[in-house]
Amino acid sequence: MTPPPTLSCQQVVELVSDYLDGALDPSTATLVEEHLAQCPGCATYLEQMRQTIGLLGAVREDQLSEATRTGLMAAFRDLRPPRP
Amino acid sequence: MVGRLLAGDQGAFAEVVSAYSPLMLHVARGFVSTRASAEDVVQEAWLGVCRGLDGFQGRSSLRTWVLAITRNVGRRRGVADARELAWSQIDDDGDGTVDPARFRGPADPWCGGWTEAGAPVPWSPEQLALDGEALALVTSYLRELPERQRTVVTLRDVDGLDVGQVCEILGISAGNQRVLLHRGRARLRGLLEDYYNRGEVRR
Ligand SMILES: [Zn+2]
Repeated sequence: MTPPPTLSCQQVVELVSDYLDGALDPSTATLVEEHLAQCPGCATYLEQMRQTIGLLGAVREDQLSEATRTGLMAAFRDLRPPRP
Repeated sequence: MVGRLLAGDQGAFAEVVSAYSPLMLHVARGFVSTRASAEDVVQEAWLGVCRGLDGFQGRSSLRTWVLAITRNVGRRRGVADARELAWSQIDDDGDGTVDPARFRGPADPWCGGWTEAGAPVPWSPEQLALDGEALALVTSYLRELPERQRTVVTLRDVDGLDVGQVCEILGISAGNQRVLLHRGRARLRGLLEDYYNRGEVRR
């Protein structure tokens, strides 16, 4: 009889990103969940991964320089003159 | 919106330029190696949009069409600069994303489990406050990621594109995308942890 497979913490940390994306196959996702339920270290790791992704979602956007923007507005006026 | 653009409505153009340019810059950075080249790509893409509007049939959303033009301009520019990122070459050195010294060794019955000193310590709400330094930290760490990891993490987690969109724009497989995203996110989490734990004894 083979013992039920389990994951080590070292394996779980490599699966957390895919787990959060729902990209794991169901049986692996179940193994990750079982591990997380009884391992505070990995639960913290998962939470911190979530928090990191949350912070990324708030990163302020990059914008075009004012010069490029002004040039584009002028080009739009030339290429697409206002039509009534 | 397309109707307003076709009519030469400058306010509408200003609106779409503000709305889509950040994402276009991120897409462009997937193909060229500097911020300045990315800005050129986005500028050229917008000119292409202006010229191509009459032919835009509305079969896709305006955003999807604009992104496809950006990708095509970026790819062409990347080839011309001979600086195209090798998207086909996977960024996986096979090493773990967490320092192996933080896990128990083979002699331990809990081999692969966190050591007492290695287990992550929860961050405090103060550390994570968006009006605090957390956002500035993650923004600067993101810039330091290897290029392909940064592009994938940015498109997924900053811009909110889904796996399919990112794979299509960059021309990579879902597996490749997962590896880049995983490694990029793990590195960012690790950098935040290093910062928050600085000064404390850690193994
Ligand atoms: Zn664990």
